[in-house]
Amino acid sequence: MSNSTASSKKSVLWDWLTTVDHKKIGIMYFFGGLFFFTIAGIEAMLMRIQLMFPEMGFLGEQTYNELLTMHGTTMLFLAAMPLFFGFMNFVMPLQIGARDVAFPFINSLGLWLFIFGGIILNISMLAGGAPDAGWTAYAPLSTTSPGNGVDFYVMGLQVAGAGTLMSAINFLVTIVNMRAPGMSMMRMPLFTWTTFVTSMLILFAFPALTIGLLLLMMDRVFGGAFFDTAMGGNVVIYQHIFWIFGHPEVYILILPAFGIFSEIISTFAKKRLFGYSAMVFATMIIGFLGFMVWAHHMFTVGMGPVANAIFAVATMAIAVPTGIKIFNWLLTLWGGRISFTVANLFALAFIPSFVLGGVTGVQLAMSAADYQFHDTYFVVAHFHYVIIGGSVFGIFAGTFYWWPKMFGYRLSESLGKWFFWLFLIGFHLTFFIQHFLGLIGMPRRVASYLDGQGFNEMNFISSMGAFLMAVAFILLVINVLISRKNTDNVQDPWDGRTLEWATTSPVQEYNFAQTPLIRDLDALWYEKMSGNGKMKAAEPLDEIHMPNGSILPIFIALGLSIAAFGVIYSAWFVIGAGLLLTFAMMFIRSIKEDHGYHIPVSEIKKDKGEG
Amino acid sequence: MAADHAIERQSLPPDPQKATLEGRNKYLGFWFFLGGETVLFGTLFGTFLGLRSSTEGGPTAQDLFHLDLVFIMTMILLTSSLTSVFAVINMKRGNHKKLILWMAGTVILGAAFLGFEIYEFVVYYNYGLGFTVSAFASSFYTLVGTHGAHVAFGVGWITTLLIRYRKGGITLSNAPKFYTAVLYWHFIDVVWVFIFTVVYLLGVGG
Repeated sequence: MSNSTASSKKSVLWDWLTTVDHKKIGIMYFFGGLFFFTIAGIEAMLMRIQLMFPEMGFLGEQTYNELLTMHGTTMLFLAAMPLFFGFMNFVMPLQIGARDVAFPFINSLGLWLFIFGGIILNISMLAGGAPDAGWTAYAPLSTTSPGNGVDFYVMGLQVAGAGTLMSAINFLVTIVNMRAPGMSMMRMPLFTWTTFVTSMLILFAFPALTIGLLLLMMDRVFGGAFFDTAMGGNVVIYQHIFWIFGHPEVYILILPAFGIFSEIISTFAKKRLFGYSAMVFATMIIGFLGFMVWAHHMFTVGMGPVANAIFAVATMAIAVPTGIKIFNWLLTLWGGRISFTVANLFALAFIPSFVLGGVTGVQLAMSAADYQFHDTYFVVAHFHYVIIGGSVFGIFAGTFYWWPKMFGYRLSESLGKWFFWLFLIGFHLTFFIQHFLGLIGMPRRVASYLDGQGFNEMNFISSMGAFLMAVAFILLVINVLISRKNTDNVQDPWDGRTLEWATTSPVQEYNFAQTPLIRDLDALWYEKMSGNGKMKAAEPLDEIHMPNGSILPIFIALGLSIAAFGVIYSAWFVIGAGLLLTFAMMFIRSIKEDHGYHIPVSEIKKDKGEG
Repeated sequence: MAADHAIERQSLPPDPQKATLEGRNKYLGFWFFLGGETVLFGTLFGTFLGLRSSTEGGPTAQDLFHLDLVFIMTMILLTSSLTSVFAVINMKRGNHKKLILWMAGTVILGAAFLGFEIYEFVVYYNYGLGFTVSAFASSFYTLVGTHGAHVAFGVGWITTLLIRYRKGGITLSNAPKFYTAVLYWHFIDVVWVFIFTVVYLLGVGG
């Protein structure tokens, strides 16, 4: 690999496949996530059509179970997390003034593992049956599920999860080691902070999932006895392992959104974030408590009153740091000059919507009451309120906020407002009513319901809301397609406060010609107020060292995917071949020196328009 | 030692593994990775502890485990950790030849441990403890086997390093690689100490 600079005449496709640039990887994460978001949304729509009327014959029970499982799994692992990872990858290094992430190669590997994991999961629908044991895949339902569906679930998540774990370590090291001069931890933007805490959660939660999936695989493919009670197995162990991962996972889904809202509310209120250090501290506390409450998913499993009480109290404690954050956002808005852009509208709508979800969460935390709520639509309403009202609103807000930075054009605000209102109304229409549906006893995860039980009207209203959300999402896609001409004012459209707005749009490959010097929290805003509006440089203009691209990550991920298919179909030869490919590629990566290349000063000057 | 030290001294900083940003990144990232690995093994230990008495009429821990064999294995692995410590000491002194030598010793001891572990599994299997016999069997093989897989990976990793850097001295780019490999090896060793206690001692002692 000689000096392959960015201006070399490689094809565009090859460039994107081999890239180790965190911005391109972020964009690919984003579009991968958007693609799976669409698929999972279609799955949700099919389910809502099936539930529109009692005893509908639109889907069979088996199909419904598969759709339900795929909707949950896809939305969590292949849509929400990658969308956040896209923002993290793109924005976080810019916010701390870094040229790149700590491990560009591993970043690329994480992306391709996610893509291949998603493909494995979704190919199950074409290979004779998707997983049908719910996104939690409780044993023994999952271990006794016929066909290969659950095997696809296990291997797809295993591959995607490995990629997620790598990216998390990458973000952690980037934030600790790669900050620009003057960027102390307590000067980092909140989104970077939430990226940090989220990555910590991933680091300590995902290995538990890895083992949970490994045990499922052992039971299903190799005849193990972990969850086979006839052989002395214990199915509750699976539930514990799953939720030791799964509860931190739901905080992994919400914390990045908290970070995005903190950025947006502060920017559009034209005020520094109220209680910055309290916000940081609350984020850490939420992250810590996320590991302390897993058993609240298992109140009705028979752990006994003492364990239930302990976990109930721990769960209610999470309301405290979350409340701190909510009030800090409100006080940031207080007295600010608020501009109602689409991004800010989503942030403002998030606060009441998320509080509603949080309140039902505290209700569910009461373990005695949970015997009534458990496995009803009340739970469905609760977690859709927090995941849509929190994570998805966060993703949409971040999309409108960072789109100019990522793609060099602004999304239409007027069409965006249509999208916002339709989505907001559709969302509340769909899920608010489900609280009552659950309270009068409609169970979750059932493919239909009988006439005359009082479920008809509410289910119909709920489905109408789902249609409204689907229409809104189509408006967003149209918005992305027709707004391409808005290429003016993309450098700093929102009068931003943080470092990512100090760069060009789209961002140069090396992010900053000279590493900026950070003099305060909200570094760019400080320069706008008391400097000349530009970041001061912390180093003289010099040539920049960049890592080379590599095709190896794709082949490493491909090898693991081949091995995963070998496991699914119990073909030893295929497992061996896949692992061999992976290790061969790792070996090549290990023994081939790759020192990257340098961007000369002349080129940097040309980019700056001084050439 | 002191004489070698004077002769072999290259112009390396005292901590060559942390002298460059890349090295610091690897160092920190690997510590994070080991944190994740800890959770991984912790989950396996939890599973094993939950299932260790579910032998369902199959062989039990008291039937199978012989502490003399396990003691030999433990000693081999502890010694291999010690040799890797000497390797790092020599790396910091800039003594490339001794670094390679001690690391080779670590690999050989690791491979010997792996041979013992395979032998042990074969013995248990022939005694009637197949993977599918009971929940105890599944959890035992999964826990100890995951550790064995880590040992195998470590042996392969260090071997690759030895092949790659058999010549050319210690540099700021290869020092972090040796250092992280040694960190990994110590981690495997610590996990084995826990396995020795939780699986074998508790298994034999009740």
